[in-house]
Amino acid sequence: MTLAGIKRSYDRHWYAWAMAAPVVVVLGVLVLYPLGRGAYLSLTDATSLNVGRTIGMNHIPDTYSWVGLRNYTRILSGADHEFWPHFVWTIVWTAGCVTLAYTIALGLAVLLNRPMRFRTLYRVLLVLPWAVPTFVTMFSWRLMLADNGVVDTLLGYLHLPAPGWLSVPIWQQVSAIGVNTWASVPFLMVSLLGGMQAIPKELYEAAEVDGATAWQRFRHVTLPGLRPVSSTIILLGVIWTFNQFNVIFLLFGTNGADSVQILVTYAYQLFYGQQPQDFADSAAYGVIILSMLVVFTSIYRRWLARNEQQVAV
Amino acid sequence: MSTGQDLRQRRSTPTAATPPADRPRPVRPRGERGRGASLLLHTTLSLAGLVALFPVAWIAYISLGPGTDDFLHPGRILGRASLSNYGYVLFHTDFFTWFANSVIVGLGTMVFGVLIAASAGYAVSRMRFPGHRQLMWTFLLTQMFPVSVLLVPLYTIMAKLDLLNSYQGLILIYCSTVVPFCAFMMKGYFDTIPVEIDEAGRVDGLSPFGVFWRLIIPLARPGLAVAGFYSFLTAWGEVAYSSIFMLSSDKYTLAVGIQTFVSEYSQQWNLMAAMAVLVAIPAALVFYLVQKHLVTGLTAGGTKG
Repeated sequence: MTLAGIKRSYDRHWYAWAMAAPVVVVLGVLVLYPLGRGAYLSLTDATSLNVGRTIGMNHIPDTYSWVGLRNYTRILSGADHEFWPHFVWTIVWTAGCVTLAYTIALGLAVLLNRPMRFRTLYRVLLVLPWAVPTFVTMFSWRLMLADNGVVDTLLGYLHLPAPGWLSVPIWQQVSAIGVNTWASVPFLMVSLLGGMQAIPKELYEAAEVDGATAWQRFRHVTLPGLRPVSSTIILLGVIWTFNQFNVIFLLFGTNGADSVQILVTYAYQLFYGQQPQDFADSAAYGVIILSMLVVFTSIYRRWLARNEQQVAV
Repeated sequence: MSTGQDLRQRRSTPTAATPPADRPRPVRPRGERGRGASLLLHTTLSLAGLVALFPVAWIAYISLGPGTDDFLHPGRILGRASLSNYGYVLFHTDFFTWFANSVIVGLGTMVFGVLIAASAGYAVSRMRFPGHRQLMWTFLLTQMFPVSVLLVPLYTIMAKLDLLNSYQGLILIYCSTVVPFCAFMMKGYFDTIPVEIDEAGRVDGLSPFGVFWRLIIPLARPGLAVAGFYSFLTAWGEVAYSSIFMLSSDKYTLAVGIQTFVSEYSQQWNLMAAMAVLVAIPAALVFYLVQKHLVTGLTAGGTKG
């Protein structure tokens, strides 16, 4: 671009840039710079022992060194015996949570999207898991799922054994997916409900005139009408679930419960849950997680574009 | 057709033709249900509502029990329910300080976050400036960042800027997490507002900023409400960053303060439950204040590219 071109572009767009600038500055300082720094750390052997720090008056300089891609090759080749098991569980977790939550949310939205008595009451109840802060509800679930807690008591009334929700690996995974689904349904439901209300009523009337059954109306009017909303919330759902730190952290803590740690919480564990803190590996995990999400998003968007659908990005 | 109906019809319209017994049964219009369908609908929704409500109600119930392990013996609470946990939390801890801190951080995130998200969303929605695509892509990208990559570098930056243990620091960090989603949503909302309004404003002599501030912002109130609500609740309930960046008890937010009840030495679940209820009430109130706008605000963001 020539100098004059830049000037013209500036004259035309300076206010647009001015309006976007605050966001760019905030994200640049607090997200992009730390990302670059984290990516750099992942190429070193930094731990809490060799990173520069200040103790009292003494400043200890950095002593870690550049190791190139060694962290990545060790992690991805399976030599740390941690990455692949956590990776598989993360995929199961993400697919399970998003599928379950989306299906339930769609069902509830269809049920709610009609005139009936108590509609407001139902809606208020159903969005509760979203309205109450996560750390409060997760704390409640922890008490409920504890050994001899209320869930075990209820199972006892039905003469079912108490499986140890928070201690036996497979049941830890079941309760993690269950609780996260419970927590994420309201957002999806409200979005889908909004999407349904944006579908023109004439389409349903036309379908009725043509003698379409309720199922056909759902299949051929509601579902296609929801596609833009669905593609967006599924994408966000996958990203958020893949990175869902709070639910697992608050339900199980970072130490112990190894089989239920997804990649994000495992990376946090490398960072906080041990001495010395492994900065380099933690950062490498972070970079790997980010790359996987970027690849997934690109494929997903290309797939949507091929199907001539839109996603709000 | 029943006889009673036949009679009534004959009486009211004596000259009418014979009742149309051979006409096909009319298709039931949308929104009308038989008794069975209605029962099924209400049963399903009540059950789902119960599942959604139960954990929240449970913690409220547990909070009434004065003993630390009453949550294992819920039957015991009935006989000796009291508000003593609430009394302790309110008057023997730093609850009000933590509460004020949470409100400051929550409102700060809300105001600052929504303002910059709205202006960026407006720029992307209305102006085809070079870089607007990359900006949206960056917004999406920041949603993919795992907390763990950012923590160490963020801590270093905050220390350098002297923002550790300060409201401004936490507000800035929260903004970086809420702004991308809010900007997305606001862009979608602005897309639904006709461009003719902007043009009319420009013709009447408003600057682009004037158009944004005087015309578009008032029109986008539902969208702003949703974005504000989302920001406030995110800040109100965030745990990981606040635990690391707020260092002294007079700066703790509620999410950090509540953890002080459970340590290696004592596990006061009952106090934690009482405090959890006190934390949840304002959040739920804010939620229901904006829930009227929630559906419209979110959809606009979701449906329009």
